[in-house]
Amino acid sequence: MEYFVQQLINGLTLGSIYGLIAIGYTMVYGIIGMINFAHGDIFMIGSFIALTMFLVLTSVLGFTFLPVVLLIVLIVAMLFTSAWGWTVERLAYRPLRGSFRLAPLITAIGMSILLQNFVRVTQGARVKPLPPQIQGGITLFEGNAETGAIVVQLSYMQLIIIVTTVVLMTIFSLIIAKTPLGRSQRACEQDRRMAALLGVNVDRTISLTFLMGAALAAVAGLMFLLLYGVIDFYIGFLAGIKAFTAAVLGGIGSLPGAMLGGLLIGLIEVFWSGYFTVEYKDVAAFSILAIVLIFLPSGLLGRPEVEKV
Amino acid sequence: MATATDNRIADSVRDAFIAALLVGVLGFFFLALRTEIAPGGLALSTRWGLWFSAIAIVFVIRLALNLFLFKANRPVRTGPSTFAKIGASLPDLSGWTGTIMLVVAIALPFLVTTFLPAQQRQFIDLMILILTYVMLGWGLNIVVGLAGLLDLGFVAFYAIGAYSFALLAHYFDFSFWMALPVAGILAAFWGMILGFPVLRLRGDYLAIVTLAFGEIIRVVLLNWYDFTGGPNGISGIPKPTFFGLDFGRGEGNFAAVFGIPYSTIHRFIYLYFIILLLAVITYFVTNRLRRLPIGRAWEALREDEIACRSLGINTTNTKLTAFAIGAMFGGFAGAFFATRQGFVSPESFTFIESAIILAIVVLGGLGSQFGVVVASTVMIGGMEILRNLGFLKGAFGPDFDPVQYRMLIFGLAMVLIMVWKPRGLVTTREPTAVLKEKKKIGADLVAQGEGH
Repeated sequence: MEYFVQQLINGLTLGSIYGLIAIGYTMVYGIIGMINFAHGDIFMIGSFIALTMFLVLTSVLGFTFLPVVLLIVLIVAMLFTSAWGWTVERLAYRPLRGSFRLAPLITAIGMSILLQNFVRVTQGARVKPLPPQIQGGITLFEGNAETGAIVVQLSYMQLIIIVTTVVLMTIFSLIIAKTPLGRSQRACEQDRRMAALLGVNVDRTISLTFLMGAALAAVAGLMFLLLYGVIDFYIGFLAGIKAFTAAVLGGIGSLPGAMLGGLLIGLIEVFWSGYFTVEYKDVAAFSILAIVLIFLPSGLLGRPEVEKV
Repeated sequence: MATATDNRIADSVRDAFIAALLVGVLGFFFLALRTEIAPGGLALSTRWGLWFSAIAIVFVIRLALNLFLFKANRPVRTGPSTFAKIGASLPDLSGWTGTIMLVVAIALPFLVTTFLPAQQRQFIDLMILILTYVMLGWGLNIVVGLAGLLDLGFVAFYAIGAYSFALLAHYFDFSFWMALPVAGILAAFWGMILGFPVLRLRGDYLAIVTLAFGEIIRVVLLNWYDFTGGPNGISGIPKPTFFGLDFGRGEGNFAAVFGIPYSTIHRFIYLYFIILLLAVITYFVTNRLRRLPIGRAWEALREDEIACRSLGINTTNTKLTAFAIGAMFGGFAGAFFATRQGFVSPESFTFIESAIILAIVVLGGLGSQFGVVVASTVMIGGMEILRNLGFLKGAFGPDFDPVQYRMLIFGLAMVLIMVWKPRGLVTTREPTAVLKEKKKIGADLVAQGEGH
């Protein structure tokens, strides 16, 4: 039981990170109908920016008060990563809008390889470790040596991740639901040409969608860095595929779906590693992707897609 | 008139300035700062010189492009583009050019051993590698170029072919020639198994699921320690024999039987001819299949699936055959890879390998067989050239290692070529159905790769 609760907490934490990345996939897919394969690498870029900024603040500028440091790191990472997201869209996807359907997916793969190797060349291929910054936590269950019960702990780190995710999710849902930007995003999603005819600046809306996706990926990057304490240039690939799985599972194009999918994928991965084998946890995630796409192509919360001739 | 020119220059400068600013922002955390592992945690080092020069280079290049290449007031072009014209004048492989290329390919190892004896091993190795990718490219071309199904997990079939031979040799002492057909059949079989459930999916969903399958196969090979040897792989895979003759030194071997002096290069030349033969077979089979109803159905499927269904084409069978035949050639290439290396491990079958094969097909112009040859020669040859750029160390300092820029340039090329020529470098295809006169089709004219 205690083991189960602990795994549940771990799964929710991991799922929050996947969910944050998955939102980027789901928004882009909703609006222009392409899989932004490079989004996982935008997440990786975000975590590198966060790491470097953290070092700048702590070792060069000598900041010591952790909450302020983390807040600055978060904002800087979001801003700079958004710039990357915007540039990727501008250079690699916008020229191909209106080309055949698979063209942007192929450039996205090229972009993913490019970003990975850019970071590899400029920052080195070795793993970058960061010692744990936030320690301690809330003990939910005391361990008991006689009954064999283990200590169940919700660490502050996990708490921060879950709370930040919930807050950001609420903010972004409100942006989509209430603001003019969200309205034009939904308009573009439904019918891009009609939206353009009615005076929505489609290019600008799409750019902003990429900005928002990249900003959330940067948050996920920072969380990943703090949670695991190691990053390298290759983390974006697996995290990206899993987040995409999450987006598909939740129903692509749906924001709450992405979050739900992320949490489910996180839980499945953690429980699979906890109760079965760690080695095959990626196989579990990939199999779910295949199964969901085959049997439930519109996901849990998505709308079924109508094929128009 | 003067104001128009002034405006253009001002606009160009402003645009270049924005581009440079953007590079400054993007590069700040990657070019200007670098985290390094130091005792007691990470250390930060700065490279302001690199950062400033990157900004300056982008500014100059962007300005030059704006002023000289993207001229704002150039006449609107009509008629076929320059590329379409070049493309139309390019040879196709079915005519005499194909024959000449084949003759050159056959003569090449002898030319190399005669004229470049010092580097013969290196050259023949490179040619074997290029031909392997040509073959893989042609195999994938059936799936992506002809049937319009984007397959990101093609490397799985390559892996299945390689592991089939490796395991058969390891457990049952199969020789290369016995295992080759088995490897092809097994790969085709897996192609059907993996293909069957995913065929209902639309283009990009299909792509991601095939990618997932590719990764599943790799993870299983990596973790099934008792059977596949896990990350250690399988070594000691036998080399191919020439009608039972081995290429070693001594009595009863190839050199002794034919009465020629023994040389280690014979084995490589033999491997080269095997892969050449396999590639030529792939080419001929594909070309013949394209003229059969099934080949026509593939291309029809690529253009419009709904129209296909309404014309009574069984799309499931059509897609499955494309998957299976493409996978079969991947399996053959895999068996060859295993025998050439003498060693297989899951490391050789990562996603990046799929991406390279896909890039060869796409950059060569989807569906163009000549394009695949050009693209694999340029890309694989280009990667090899990068290995030999040691002299650049003098210009960029002793830490400069051209090999690590390989994938960077590869990714960049994939993006740039796709943006610049979405239809690939060779944009014409040989027509399958000919009415009275054989004409080239510009790829701009057909809606390809929709696959929905």
